[in-house]
Amino acid sequence: MTAVLEISGLRKIYRSRKGVRKALDGFDMVVETGQVHGFLGPNGSGKTTTLRTLLGLIRPNDGRMAILGQPVPDRLPQVAGQVGAIVESPQFFGNFSAETTLSLLADAGGVNRLRVPAVLELVGLRDRAKERVKTYSLGMKQRLAVASALLKEPRLLILDEPANGLDPGGIREMRTLMRDLSDSGMTVLLSSHILGEIQLICDSVTIISAGRRVAAGSVSEVLASHTSSTVRVRLEPGVDMLGAAELLRTAGAAITMEKDHFTVGNASNPAQITKLLAERQIYVSELTPVSADLEDVFLELTGTAPVDGTNRQVDQVVAKGGWGQ
Amino acid sequence: MSLFRAETRRLTKRRFTKFSVLIALIVLGLIAGGTAYTHAKASAETRATAEAQAENEWKDQVRFAEEAQQECQKDPSKYGGNCADITPPSRDQISADQFMTPQFDFREDFPAMVIAWAALLALVAFVIGASFVGAEWNSGGMMNLLLWRPQRLQVLSTKLSALLTWLFGLSLVTGAAWTGLFWLIATLRGTTEKMTSGAWQSLGLTGLRGLGLVLVAGAIGFGVASIGRHTAAALGAAIGVIVVFQFGLAIVLELARARFYEAYLLPAWIGAWMAKSYEVVDYNAPCDFSATEGCQQPVFTITWQMAGSLFAAVSIIIVGAAMWTIRRRDIT
Repeated sequence: MTAVLEISGLRKIYRSRKGVRKALDGFDMVVETGQVHGFLGPNGSGKTTTLRTLLGLIRPNDGRMAILGQPVPDRLPQVAGQVGAIVESPQFFGNFSAETTLSLLADAGGVNRLRVPAVLELVGLRDRAKERVKTYSLGMKQRLAVASALLKEPRLLILDEPANGLDPGGIREMRTLMRDLSDSGMTVLLSSHILGEIQLICDSVTIISAGRRVAAGSVSEVLASHTSSTVRVRLEPGVDMLGAAELLRTAGAAITMEKDHFTVGNASNPAQITKLLAERQIYVSELTPVSADLEDVFLELTGTAPVDGTNRQVDQVVAKGGWGQ
Repeated sequence: MSLFRAETRRLTKRRFTKFSVLIALIVLGLIAGGTAYTHAKASAETRATAEAQAENEWKDQVRFAEEAQQECQKDPSKYGGNCADITPPSRDQISADQFMTPQFDFREDFPAMVIAWAALLALVAFVIGASFVGAEWNSGGMMNLLLWRPQRLQVLSTKLSALLTWLFGLSLVTGAAWTGLFWLIATLRGTTEKMTSGAWQSLGLTGLRGLGLVLVAGAIGFGVASIGRHTAAALGAAIGVIVVFQFGLAIVLELARARFYEAYLLPAWIGAWMAKSYEVVDYNAPCDFSATEGCQQPVFTITWQMAGSLFAAVSIIIVGAAMWTIRRRDIT
């Protein structure tokens, strides 16, 4: 499989009177042809900066980028016709109708204006096409943004938070659209916070945190390589479950009590559980890992899981050590 | 070419453009209507009536002077003690023209109308130019456009070309209509005499300079709004220039008794550009006494070439700065 998009060692530094901030710190990403690729990261992690840099809106300080085999930004004008993109919130001139907005973009990009009704139909805006954009809801603007990205029938479609503002039906339609586009041979790069959606429709993902790639690969690979450190512990009937849990908690385990079992949330080395309990003549009847979903992996890798009693700030990454190592 | 066509369409479709042009046309219409209303064609009858009114007025004035002379003889203190100063006007001092509605003399009066047209269109060009790019930056439309055409200099220069071409067309159409309208006014309510080829040539050159003023105003509005990424940047800069340079600077320079202080103010340069030259008199300089003409103050003449060079330089600097900033800045 060939790469449609390659980023290597991308750096972007913002300098201001308040100091220096590394928005991207040697970021890497590869998106293969025909895939729906999820691009995940917490707020302020560098997702939008990456997309803007890729699309020539921001100048990087260092690194290499290529789209469809062409180095960008140098050859961006040559490949721009094959890349449809929306970056962050949809931005259009409010006094024009959707139809005018798209026909002007078609003119500017040398695309046949006959494509306009087709893409408006595709995103469900056919009947509202002649209304001014400023009367649109956020979800409708989002649909228009997707329509503008699809107008030039791109080989690579880059969508930043396309489900933003969409109702549940719209989210499902968007998911189907992404899948259909991918099936037609289009490569889709999808940045989103809705991890359930990503897990449902993406073939592969890249997770970014603090300007660096922290995970990449197919969804199943990422889930497998970052298995949850949470284990379920069940004891023999009649054994003092509360006492056992207290024993482990004293040793540093993060215990969550359930009806007939408890879980240890930071069990990097589950053998410690059996050892500690066995020393007190307590024997476990079940010790099984709790399978992780993409949200767990995301929170673990990006260090953005909520911590009781603290208000995590944007850019703040919480180091999470395992117990029992 | 497709980008140029798109930008021309975008400019024409904007409500602000349509609204501004409509306002300008209404103002131009009011000027033309007012001119037509306050002028009338002279005929033998109107002249005879005016002659009679002038004759009656002169007779009244003579009678008033005689009555005043008699009263003065009785009590000179009422008239400052000098009755010899009370004299009736001579007949030629009260002409028939004073009692006639003026004629619109195309050769004499139309050049001022060309200046009014150019000034109004320059104002409209400035705000349309500023809004055309400022609203695009502000709404995010420019970023969207750059995603389609990631060639920043080409996009901005094509936008500017579309604006200037459109302004050129607008100036040409309104200028021709303006000339035709006043030709009609002169024909119906004045005179079109003495319009020699030289007079037409001079008028044409004034019109061309007016066109230049419109294009320069449009380019400057566009450039400043692009640098500030907002329409308000250009409008704010324009207000700043008016307040600081036209009022503030004028007061400071006058208080400082600066030499030729008017030469530092924009209206003198616009006047020089449109009227071919503008004489700045240095009223703060000591008199140069002439035996025949009395006190002569030094005069500095601003020529249209000097004004043209200044406007061209300012336009190039501002548009150049807009190009430089779009090339370098991160678009966030």
